[in-house]
Amino acid sequence: MATAEAEIQAGYHPHGRTGLWDWITTVDHKKIGLLYGATSIIFLLLGGLEALTIRTQLIRPDNHFITAEAYNQFFTMHGLTMVFLMGMPIAVALFNYIVPLQIGARDVAFPRLNALSYWIFLCGGLFLYSSFVIGAAPNGGWFGYANLSERPFSPGPNMDFYSLGLQILGIASIMGGVNFVTTIIQLRAPGMRLMRMPLFTWMAFVTSFLLITALPVLAVALFFLTFDRFWGTNFYMPAAGGDPILWQHLFWMFGHPEVYILILPAFGIVSEVIPTFSRKPLFGYAVMVYSGSLIGLIGWGVWAHHMFATGLGPIADAFFTISTMIIAIPTGVKIFNWLATMWGGQLKFTTAMLFSVGMIAAFTLGGISGVMHATSPHDLQQTDTYFVVAHFHYVLVGGTIMGVFSGSYYWFPKITGKLMNETLGKWHFWLWFVGMNLTFFPMHFVGLLGMPRRTYTYSAELNVGALNALETVGSYIMGVAAILYIWNLVRSYRKGEPAGHNPWNASSLEWATTSPPPEYNFGRVPTVRNREPLWLEGKEQVIADAQAAPGYIHMPPPSYWPILTAIGIATTFALFMTHVWWAPLIGLAATALCVMNFAFESTT
Amino acid sequence: MSMNPAAAPSSAHEAVHAHPGAGTYVVIGVILTVITAIEVAVYYIPAMHPVLAPVLLSLSLLKFVLVVMFYMHLKFDSRLFSTVFVAPLILAVSVVIGLFIIFKVLPHYQAVSALVR
Amino acid sequence: MDHAATLPAAGHAETATGLNTFKVGFWVFLGSETLFFGSLISTYLVYKHQSISGPYPDQVLNIPLTSVSTFVLLMSSLAMVLALAGVQRGNRRQGLFWLFMVAVLGSTFLGFQAYEFTEFYHKGLTLQTNLFGSTFFVLTGFHGAHVTVGVIWLLTLWVQGLRGELPPERSLTVEIAGLYWHFVDIVWIAIFTLIYLLQ
Repeated sequence: MATAEAEIQAGYHPHGRTGLWDWITTVDHKKIGLLYGATSIIFLLLGGLEALTIRTQLIRPDNHFITAEAYNQFFTMHGLTMVFLMGMPIAVALFNYIVPLQIGARDVAFPRLNALSYWIFLCGGLFLYSSFVIGAAPNGGWFGYANLSERPFSPGPNMDFYSLGLQILGIASIMGGVNFVTTIIQLRAPGMRLMRMPLFTWMAFVTSFLLITALPVLAVALFFLTFDRFWGTNFYMPAAGGDPILWQHLFWMFGHPEVYILILPAFGIVSEVIPTFSRKPLFGYAVMVYSGSLIGLIGWGVWAHHMFATGLGPIADAFFTISTMIIAIPTGVKIFNWLATMWGGQLKFTTAMLFSVGMIAAFTLGGISGVMHATSPHDLQQTDTYFVVAHFHYVLVGGTIMGVFSGSYYWFPKITGKLMNETLGKWHFWLWFVGMNLTFFPMHFVGLLGMPRRTYTYSAELNVGALNALETVGSYIMGVAAILYIWNLVRSYRKGEPAGHNPWNASSLEWATTSPPPEYNFGRVPTVRNREPLWLEGKEQVIADAQAAPGYIHMPPPSYWPILTAIGIATTFALFMTHVWWAPLIGLAATALCVMNFAFESTT
Repeated sequence: MSMNPAAAPSSAHEAVHAHPGAGTYVVIGVILTVITAIEVAVYYIPAMHPVLAPVLLSLSLLKFVLVVMFYMHLKFDSRLFSTVFVAPLILAVSVVIGLFIIFKVLPHYQAVSALVR
Repeated sequence: MDHAATLPAAGHAETATGLNTFKVGFWVFLGSETLFFGSLISTYLVYKHQSISGPYPDQVLNIPLTSVSTFVLLMSSLAMVLALAGVQRGNRRQGLFWLFMVAVLGSTFLGFQAYEFTEFYHKGLTLQTNLFGSTFFVLTGFHGAHVTVGVIWLLTLWVQGLRGELPPERSLTVEIAGLYWHFVDIVWIAIFTLIYLLQ
């Protein structure tokens, strides 16, 4: 069968949709992955601009670059953006593109649901950012502590955007979690046993499990807040016997698994990159799987270490101190296993490898300060100071973002068929690494010297002006590095060197098919016989199968119901803002109509 | 969605053989009704009040298990379904117990130990 | 509800587990739902006896009435499995009759709930009155919303059945609707004990 004919039959563009309409109606996991990726990079830039504004305000004592109110909105939106609109979706972007390829599937389990997740996420992000248009962005911090977030103390629409916007985003995350758990259980290629799956897929699995379990708790906490704010209930109002601490418990029951939702994908990426550029299989594969799963599990039992300052009492303090220290053990195991993988390997320091190694270093530092505030008496000294800010930026900027950068350099050739520019990449890495340490390392000292977080300025008498100026310089360097990264993406996409199907000589299944992969991913689904199918025996067959001319493959047709349903759901929540009690019902009716059409749409 | 196996061809056919028949369903329905009647009765018998909580919790747990095992077929279906349902269920029950301990048990305990001191 | 049209599509690919993908996905979703209701129930228990003004639970909760509605919901679960057995065996009349009965019993349960809520309102208990009102109405309200979705789903299936679109090959759509329905039932089993009987 001629290739051109085969591609027509296999449905390269069988549904005759191109251009914008194709992107709007696509249900292809690779295109949805790209949509997630592009959207979250835009939000990365927006969140970065907010961060630079914050740092500019803090460059010297008693500065008045922005007002206190604007500062509150900026740090709140910075946190929300980086957690919900960048950190989670950029990991989901890679899950979408890579996981089906790694397990030998043609798509995810529920392609239209996948599209729906993306559009709900986009609508939620736009809703949250629309608050800037009316100058009333959320201003109560990303963890929106009650009862500051309640109507009497936050009368404006700011925290309405918070409670409704996060609710919308949470729906997208739960749907995505269900989809990926199911995909990984169900759609593995023949022979792809659980203990043969690449670590990235494993971490996607654990992350998805955390998504489906943690997000419903946030949904409930947010419903209470929404009801309090709109319908006068008393869930977090002490005047009526309610307890603001309940919000903290519910929020952090979601919030701490969330921390692992943000870091485990990066762990997965590093576990792919390091073996590839050490030319060695991952050291202690099984232990890496178990430690990742244990982190996910124990991550559910440590939430109240965010709340030591609320006075939980000695028993709860002791419990959460111990559980938090225990979780450092599987995390430490991972770090040692990465180092042992590199030990004696033929190391090749590409940009992807540099970011992975840098991630291990930075994450270890952040992990150590994490164990420091696991100790509850110690935490009382650090809580709400810049020491905490230093800690979580080391794990999120040094851990998550550097891990994601590593992954994007690693998989860019698979996604586009072209190599990224290594010279620009190395500039990007070094500027980012230096800038990051310059920004966040001094924050440890600034925090211990007593500078509180979330305060728009500080007095010269605190004697932290010089360190703050240094931090601001560091943040500008990171800004330059981010621009270099975007430039590298654009330039390499336009005129990068051709990559071939496996430029890094990596071991996992996604490198068997062509770059970029055809819509159906694999001409014939390969049979997997071992953990490194492209390194060990049978690799020729795996590649031949993956790149074979396809027989008849039916791919699911595009659909516009996902985007319409997403608009319906977002509208339902947005209509709360009218304060007319029946207004959301209009959105609900529209959503129900869309869901019906979604359900009865033919997918053949 | 047909490229992904939304419908395993044989599942409906197998299900007929794997699932219990109408007779079993009715027997379970009768048992559930009887347990509910006992629950309400226990609630109205003053002598039972000291042990109300453990008795009622055990009875409702039994009902829960019967519905999940027989009506939702977890007793007959693949263990995988049990796993993906029970793992989050354990977390959910832990959330209930954990919050109950933090809000209802520890404050009393701490108040008592403060008095003793 | 994505299942309705997608299930009958001829799936030729084998799954890694040999199980049906939609059923696996639905069980995962139900796992997620346990945490949703777990958080709601926790909140009710945490705020028990915390209301600083009445009406209090023992002044309004109507045990005889709720016992009847609990019985109705249990019987709807029985009707659901009988409907499934009918569809699986190709017994169209049995399947359709019991599907309709589930919807009727579910609606009856909702009727009881509507009556109960109105009764509470007349006794002075609203969503805003006190913590008991807030936690009670939100918990049972979300449960009632789930029942409503279930009734609509089942009526949709019933209409499909009337049109002869529910042959034994498609019994899985009924089975999955059934899983949802029984899940709503087991949530009520927990609510009935924890909220009504253990005051």
